Amino acid sequence: MSKFTLQVNGKPHTVDVDADTPLLYVLRNDLKLNGAKFGCGLGQCGSCTVMLDKQPVMSCLLPVSMVGTRAVRTVESGGTRWVPAVVLQQAFVDEQAAQCGYCIAGMIMRATALFEQEASPTDAQIKAWMQPNLCRCGTHLRILRAVRRAADVLKAQPIRNY
Amino acid sequence: MTATVPPKRPGRRRFMAGGGALTLSFALPLRAAGAADAGALPGSLAREPWLDAWIRVGADNRVTVFTGKVELGQGIKTALLQVAAHELQIDPGRLVLETADTARSPDEGYTAGSHSMQDSATAIRHAAAQVRALLLDKAATRLQVPAATLAQDNSVFRTPDGRRVSFSELVAGSEQHVRATGALPPRSANARRYIGVTLPRVDIPGKLKGHVAYVQDLRLPAMMHGRVVRPPSPGARLLGVDKAAVARLPGVLEIVQDGRFLAVIADEEYRAVKAARALARAARWDVPAVLPAGRDVAALVRSLPSQSQVVLAQGKPGAPGKMHRASYTRPFQLHASIGPSCAIALLDEGRYTVWTHSQGVFPLRAALAELLGAPEEAVRCIHAEGSGCYGHNGADDVAADAVLMARAFPGLPIRVQWMREDEHAWEPFGPAMAADVQATLDVTGAIVDWQYEVWSQPHNTRPGKAGNLLAATLLAKPFIPPAPKPIPQPQGSGDRNAIPYYVLPNARVTHRFQPAGPFRTSALRSLGAYCNVFAIESFMDELARLAKADPVAFRLRHLVDPRAIEVVKLAAARFGWDGYKRSARRGRGFAFARYKNLAAYCAVALEVEVALDTGVVRIVRADAAVDCGEVVSPDGVRNQIEGGIVQSASWTLLEQVRFDAGQVLSQDWAGYPILRFNGVPERVSVHLLDRPGQPFLGTGEAAQGPAAAAIANAVMDACGARVRDLPLDRARLRRLAT
Repeated sequence: MSKFTLQVNGKPHTVDVDADTPLLYVLRNDLKLNGAKFGCGLGQCGSCTVMLDKQPVMSCLLPVSMVGTRAVRTVESGGTRWVPAVVLQQAFVDEQAAQCGYCIAGMIMRATALFEQEASPTDAQIKAWMQPNLCRCGTHLRILRAVRRAADVLKAQPIRNY
Repeated sequence: MTATVPPKRPGRRRFMAGGGALTLSFALPLRAAGAADAGALPGSLAREPWLDAWIRVGADNRVTVFTGKVELGQGIKTALLQVAAHELQIDPGRLVLETADTARSPDEGYTAGSHSMQDSATAIRHAAAQVRALLLDKAATRLQVPAATLAQDNSVFRTPDGRRVSFSELVAGSEQHVRATGALPPRSANARRYIGVTLPRVDIPGKLKGHVAYVQDLRLPAMMHGRVVRPPSPGARLLGVDKAAVARLPGVLEIVQDGRFLAVIADEEYRAVKAARALARAARWDVPAVLPAGRDVAALVRSLPSQSQVVLAQGKPGAPGKMHRASYTRPFQLHASIGPSCAIALLDEGRYTVWTHSQGVFPLRAALAELLGAPEEAVRCIHAEGSGCYGHNGADDVAADAVLMARAFPGLPIRVQWMREDEHAWEPFGPAMAADVQATLDVTGAIVDWQYEVWSQPHNTRPGKAGNLLAATLLAKPFIPPAPKPIPQPQGSGDRNAIPYYVLPNARVTHRFQPAGPFRTSALRSLGAYCNVFAIESFMDELARLAKADPVAFRLRHLVDPRAIEVVKLAAARFGWDGYKRSARRGRGFAFARYKNLAAYCAVALEVEVALDTGVVRIVRADAAVDCGEVVSPDGVRNQIEGGIVQSASWTLLEQVRFDAGQVLSQDWAGYPILRFNGVPERVSVHLLDRPGQPFLGTGEAAQGPAAAAIANAVMDACGARVRDLPLDRARLRRLAT
């Protein structure tokens, strides 16, 4: 076991875990954060998506020893400076964009990363960006509508027009 | 959801005595007495006729609603709350809903077959209405005013002069046995405040915020982690396993071996994962090359022994006319839940507690008790949500894995989650099927003869018996799976929807039930209806072409049920069927079915675009019309139908289990691709025909069959290739088109 200090959701957390433990297990079991989910452990489904600085990453593949000082954000983070989680969460409620919901936290984190990089994504950009994340219930159209809705809300916020 | 360790002796209905909660004390029902003479009651009241099994009033005046059904992501919790709120006239936000728990809830068997609205919502509706009527009556007596003059503010009745009495005051100290009568008190038509309108799903906000929402999220004190190591294939023989090296790995607490059942328990989850990998490497297997690799589905299915059962025989065969015949197949397919199956089990002082996302906690309890050689009273199964299951996936099996590990390591809760390859390779598959259709058209283009045979392996190998649990079949003294049985008509299993909903003067439908195949198979959403509706509705299109008739008009000509006719016409109208202009590479398709011929009506019209060079089929837009009786949650129905169409598109365009002679090759999402965002339609619109006063009909499985056939029919319209074997994937389409 080794000690690692991680920046998770804006706060430092020191954990004592095996160095090869994927970040996902640390988030779920050591930090008791439920948002990121185990789906495949293979980087194929995106259920475990979190943000590492401004990038979406599949936390099931990333050993905790590789995280370093980069900022980890999960769906519990409250979002980023420009992309408050509440905007995405409200958009998903407004569109009722879930069935079982197991994939949804990963979808929200992937979308958050999109908005960090692209303030006004087109529908085609949203679709392409969401491609790595799987949904099995067939809720895709609602998820796309929710991301679109969130993009429109964010765009309308004056703080974005800097 | 709570994650506390339950009391030592959780007996059924222990809450009746403890906790200070008053209940509308219709006394503890005796199950046997209830079941004996309750046959005529509506919905699940027939199984559980005592009102307090469904509705209780607490000392804090909070009303709790109980259901034996479970949330699978279909939104049933919200719909049941709406129904209870409607009849109790209490804001749904003030109600508490508890789902299946063998110690607390009514036994409603499985949450399956699109039955929850028929079974549970119907029971809750009647129970809630009767409870409210009883309380209203008591309130009128207590306050000495006519009942009709009382107003109601949630769980408080109020007289015109402002005197009030709460539900809890009305039930305090009362003791009476009240059985459901099954009668609904008359209500004014405009009283649909909580049903027929969309209440936002109660479970979604917590899921968006990362609250404890799934069994995967439960963290019990001192919880340990287990992982299983499966054989490489069902028939593999264990030659030996060197456990010593694995036992020395950091954090490993226990290695469990019983015959071919192998598992590890460790203090940290990822250590369990690593130890399981090491154990897999340490096991030596003999893998027989017995799987029917390389055979096409039709040949494979027809080679299996079958039991023939005529499910429809009317008129006589041999009417003269233009004859047409065709055969259709579907491959083995997966539920492929996004979240692998998970369970937590605890053995403490001889009693097991299991947190499970099983669809049926009571049948699972029976199977686990048999597996453990324990009395049923020593096993409690509590439902906690999992990832969407879409039928009989690994939920029950992982619960068996967990109790076997808990037995080997008592005193601490053991959380077991399957890895992706466990789920893909070992869940019960949706069976491969084949259907042969032959029909004759008379000179007017009417169907005068219809012959149909469907070949299918079991769609129902759910527990109830230990032998239905995967781990039980791997033990040194294995439990033998009970002989699978077909589900009789009118529900049907392989023959579900094998009888067309059309008027056919001369028809014969045969179900060739195949008790055994190369893989364990069981219920995948809609069971045989997916393949049967695909076959029948593809063939109806072929017949329409033969009759030179419009496919929608041809269907209407053979329908008599006015609700079916209305659904077909609505889907066609909203799609713009009549004015359709075909553009290059595009085509339209239509299909209709009434699920099980007794549940929801669903018609789907859609447009596809086919790229012949690549073989890629893209669904451009789809319109579905649905009649599911009285609509409780319009958006809930839309969500189910949209999801049904998209999931069916994935099955239909992409999905088949691949295997070689030795093992299943579809062990992850690369080996079993499903639809991703780039493949979804641009638009799916669902049009509802609400029928206030008509029975509730579930919608979770109404769209899959029609969507599949509509896609195949649209592909034919677009490029002239008739696809009769699923999936309609790129390779097949390129072959057919050239």
